[in-house]
Amino acid sequence: MSLQRRRKLIPWMFALPGLLWLLLFFAIPLINQAQVSLMSGDPEAGYTLTWAFDTYTNAISDYHEQFLRSFLYAGIATVVDLIIAFPLAYFMAYKAGRWRNLMLLLVVLPFFMSYVLRTVAWQLILADHGWVVERLRDVGLVSADGRVLATGTAVVAGISYNFLPFMVLPLYVALERIDRRFVEAATDLYASRATAFRKVTLPLAIPGIFAGSLLVFIPATGDYINAALLGTSKQYMIGNVVQSKFLTVLDYPTAAALSFILMTVILVGIAIYSRLLGTRTLTEAAV
Amino acid sequence: MVANESLVADQTRDVSGDGEPDIRLTRVTKRFGDVLVIDDLDLEIERGAFYALLGPSGCGKTTTLRMIGGFELPTEGVVRLGGTEVTNAPPHKRDVNTVFQSYALFPHLTIEKNVAFGLERKRVSKSEVKARVAEALETVQLPHLAKRKPAQLSGGQQQRVALARALVNRPRALLLDEPLGALDLRLRRQLQVELKRIQQEVGITFIHVTHDQEEAMSMADTIAVMNRGKIEQAGSATDLYERPTTAFVAKFLGISNLVDAEIGATDGTMARVTTHDGAPLLAPANRCAEHAGTPVRIGVRPEKVRLSKQGEPVASDRNVLRGRVVLSSFLGVSLQYVIETAGGEELTVYCQNEDGVAPDAFGAGQEVQLSWDPRHTFVVARGDDGD
Repeated sequence: MSLQRRRKLIPWMFALPGLLWLLLFFAIPLINQAQVSLMSGDPEAGYTLTWAFDTYTNAISDYHEQFLRSFLYAGIATVVDLIIAFPLAYFMAYKAGRWRNLMLLLVVLPFFMSYVLRTVAWQLILADHGWVVERLRDVGLVSADGRVLATGTAVVAGISYNFLPFMVLPLYVALERIDRRFVEAATDLYASRATAFRKVTLPLAIPGIFAGSLLVFIPATGDYINAALLGTSKQYMIGNVVQSKFLTVLDYPTAAALSFILMTVILVGIAIYSRLLGTRTLTEAAV
Repeated sequence: MVANESLVADQTRDVSGDGEPDIRLTRVTKRFGDVLVIDDLDLEIERGAFYALLGPSGCGKTTTLRMIGGFELPTEGVVRLGGTEVTNAPPHKRDVNTVFQSYALFPHLTIEKNVAFGLERKRVSKSEVKARVAEALETVQLPHLAKRKPAQLSGGQQQRVALARALVNRPRALLLDEPLGALDLRLRRQLQVELKRIQQEVGITFIHVTHDQEEAMSMADTIAVMNRGKIEQAGSATDLYERPTTAFVAKFLGISNLVDAEIGATDGTMARVTTHDGAPLLAPANRCAEHAGTPVRIGVRPEKVRLSKQGEPVASDRNVLRGRVVLSSFLGVSLQYVIETAGGEELTVYCQNEDGVAPDAFGAGQEVQLSWDPRHTFVVARGDDGD
């Protein structure tokens, strides 16, 4: 083989393990599940491919409520995380100095503990006679016999808490790489600190906002742990339905169809979102 | 230049600061933690001057500029712009603009929007912003790039945009922080000429920070040589080169050829000076006066010295030192010699290649006489070289 041809092959050889991984664990299961979603039958007799597209329409009409709730909860959690994470990431990037690494460690520290355990901990935090709820009753945010656990608020709080690091880290990276001289230049050109933030820092942080939002929103829509542990069946999200269809009812076609519907909606959503923020500025701002 | 009339600093502003220097730093000291960066600095810059702050890295020149711009606040002392105190005012409340070393062009905005940034903050009307931006881009000869993004421009083009972005605001003064430092030599020379032209056109005070002595000498009306947070000497390029008053300045601007000496009696306009090994020389009396009673070194620039063979007659009114050639090299335009004097110093001499002399005209090891006109002798304080 000539040297030139070998040189052309080298990048492909580097990509090979990743491509194989993608094929084995992503492409094949995806195709397989697409087939399953079009099957019909029952758990005892087994399922056969009958191109049953009505599974999709039935899934939407039966579970549109859980779909909408998933997007609503995930959306609120994303906004809550953005509001909490931005000042935190800003502080870490520009003001934390020698505390920066410690703070980064603290942000990822929850990952050292099991996801389920962390969420169970929130059951205690939001318990009916817990300190938090008592104080909320004191200030009148919760009525005397009201509760926080087993409400939508608890589920959104759990999701926001669990996915916060996924918002903080990309925001931190985006802010940290903004050259502070851009801000100096802005203030030199008669912008107050607030204007400099609005006109320079914020636009340059958009790639981080975009990445963080997606990293929170996408897994949050498919999440079922928080709704299962902190909510009731009235707070169930689409993830809970998929989980029960797959593992309890064993209605594989509906479960697969629900997954594909979720995936499609998210992909369309990302396309619209990136259009809104401007994909071109996304790539150029990163330069 | 009619096209650039509107870039000329507003004349009305002169009324407030009548008789005041455009920029005045009074007894300014700056410490970063325990480190003294600026040491009791006084600085006055006249309106419309092209003023260079020249010095090695870490001498405090950039910090001085940043205190004028408002990016650093002095630990002690007062900063005034046109008579108004701005010591602790934030950058956006100061009537000066900076051209940053890295240009700091906003990567998310087009060239046009970059240049318009300052005017938009000052709430200048849209039509005027448009006209002034176009004009500023015209001045820096980049009107065709208005719609591009900074990343699409070359370094030299970005530098010009940075200049336009500052100039378009018609500031009291333009602060240039090593503006040409990132460019290659050819482009740097070209932009030096252009900067000088623009400064003369718009008549705004330019304060130019650089470590490149040639750049400072070719552009500035006044150069302040800084070392260790102080101004060693300020003056025109000729002043600094021909009449340095400190060893640091003598060494920083070219080759200095210093010899330890004692000042003796004054004889008319000249003073007698004796080198440490006893050679009698003359130096201008006025240059000796300020060093009276302190140990000094005398110096002469290498191109002022003439070489002659040992024993050849030398005019009696010239300073003469004896030495031996250590090294001679042919540079084309000139010949460079390194001579070890009788007193042990190694001095450099440049001889014009006037008649195609072979480099071995004064070969290594040859005994020679160095002679120069006493008026070209300069006198600096001994001791702290600032090296």
